[in-house]
Amino acid sequence: MEKVYLDNASTTPLLPEVREAMLPFLGEIFGNPSSLHDWGDGAREALDEARGQVAKLIGAESEEIIFTGSGTESNNFAIKGLAMARQNAGKHIVISAIEHFSVMNSAKTMEKMGFELTLVPVDKYGVVDVGELEKAIRKDTILVSVMHANGEVGTIQPIQEIAKITKEKGVALHTDAVATAGTIPVNVKELGVDSLSLAGNQFYGPKGVGALWVRKGVRIIPLLDGGIQEGGRRGGTENVPAIAGLGKAAELAAANMEARIKHLTPLRDRLLNELPAKVGHVIVTGHPTNRLPGNASFCVEFIEGESMLLFLNMQGIAVSSGSACTSKALKASHVLIAMGLNHELAQGSLLLTLGADNTQKDVDYVLEAMPPIVDRLRQMSPLYSKFLKESKGGK
Amino acid sequence: MPIYSDTVMDHFMHPRNVGEIENPDGVGEVGNPVCGDMMTFYIKVKDNRLADVKYKTFGCGAAIAVSSMVSELAIGKTLEEAMKINANTVAKELQGLPKQKMHCSNLGDEALHKAIEDYLNKKSGKQVTVPASAGHEHDEEDHCACPYCEEEIKDESLPYCQACKAALTLCPECGKPMAKDEKTCQSCGAKIKS
Repeated sequence: MEKVYLDNASTTPLLPEVREAMLPFLGEIFGNPSSLHDWGDGAREALDEARGQVAKLIGAESEEIIFTGSGTESNNFAIKGLAMARQNAGKHIVISAIEHFSVMNSAKTMEKMGFELTLVPVDKYGVVDVGELEKAIRKDTILVSVMHANGEVGTIQPIQEIAKITKEKGVALHTDAVATAGTIPVNVKELGVDSLSLAGNQFYGPKGVGALWVRKGVRIIPLLDGGIQEGGRRGGTENVPAIAGLGKAAELAAANMEARIKHLTPLRDRLLNELPAKVGHVIVTGHPTNRLPGNASFCVEFIEGESMLLFLNMQGIAVSSGSACTSKALKASHVLIAMGLNHELAQGSLLLTLGADNTQKDVDYVLEAMPPIVDRLRQMSPLYSKFLKESKGGK
Repeated sequence: MPIYSDTVMDHFMHPRNVGEIENPDGVGEVGNPVCGDMMTFYIKVKDNRLADVKYKTFGCGAAIAVSSMVSELAIGKTLEEAMKINANTVAKELQGLPKQKMHCSNLGDEALHKAIEDYLNKKSGKQVTVPASAGHEHDEEDHCACPYCEEEIKDESLPYCQACKAALTLCPECGKPMAKDEKTCQSCGAKIKS
């Protein structure tokens, strides 16, 4: 059977070059990077090299990079660590309504600990309302966090515009760049942010490793207290193999970014244009043009995402969905709801995220497989029969 | 996909008795799109037996498999027997359902019972409510799951989950336990005013 992986937003595959770069640290170079003897040297050199590679990917200085265990940890670290470091100046945090749960729930945790939280709305394309964001900033606001792009709907946010406002008001700005770093150009100086998160498994690196960039001079309270690793900002012996892999993946991403974008964009545009035309009653979610190169997200009317996902899986196609049934929490995606979609539509969420391995043939295959699956599910959907009856009745 | 048993997958891939019945003797509708599952059951009754059962379902794999199983269990049964079909029997016949799907997706028995109720109402020309004990029995096994840790909630009167100690409250609409800070009940979709 054909196998088509279209869930690169969940995780990308590991590149063979990245795996090669990791192997020595799962073998002979086993030392602790903090050790002063020869065994430590090899491991320490690997960390230094990876730090340089990651810094180069985002236009930063090596010493500004803190390695973490994931994008989630990076976001937790930024939100909690920056809020705690600045709480003498105020206790108000502003984030967008469509942040990833690692930002959203970190901010909610701070709320429980006495901070105040304001969520800024987005428009129907999922673009943060910059006017509302400016209005939300008060005298006691200490931190704003807006993601660089949303992985679920692909919309890229006007971070530079937001940074102008936060700079003027003297508020720290964090951006969750997990969906963008290594995928589209990310430069911390051009963006004008104070901290930025990224994760290895979003750009063909290993899982379980991420990084937080914090601009030099910005104070942050550690989440993990311990030894002097990562400049005392993140205790715990470093995951050397994963960090070496992250570095290699960052180097390859920087070198191949343009080619990757050129490869992904036409595939994405075919899905965005042809799927709604082929299936009918399908809407594209997210911004029509200003979106991640590999992201094609939809809502399919009258049916539910998990059943689509299961049927597609039977055909060898991997996708994801933001429907309530797919989530363990049984709640529809907060991103789609914040964009003003009703629950019925949000249940039909379908997310196809392309990667380096995908081809035009894969797109053909998905476009062939989708219509019968949708049709089959619509045939048994009470919402669809209601719709048919109502449209016959001239409504 | 390992989250579902083989029987669930079989009924999901090849649902039995899907469709609508023209001029049905009873119709029962449950669920709402907030929690993601909706089912409409149609029945045809002959000599106090369910001569035919059909349904339309909007929902996840579990919801579709449940509808299919309920229709299979119900056809040919007397109305009294059909009223005894409950969520636990359905889950057992399906070789189990993931815990978080037990209450949101396992609604087929309710939809069927509503259709039977509808039939009885039409027949008698007045409002008949079938006693809850006839069908939706809350027996030992039919407890609700904690929305945080998914452990069964054995004592619904406590304001927290005994397993993970998370704060819980009872939904004023459906009475099932829900997370304390939530604005929407995940069992019935009711909006909670804080």
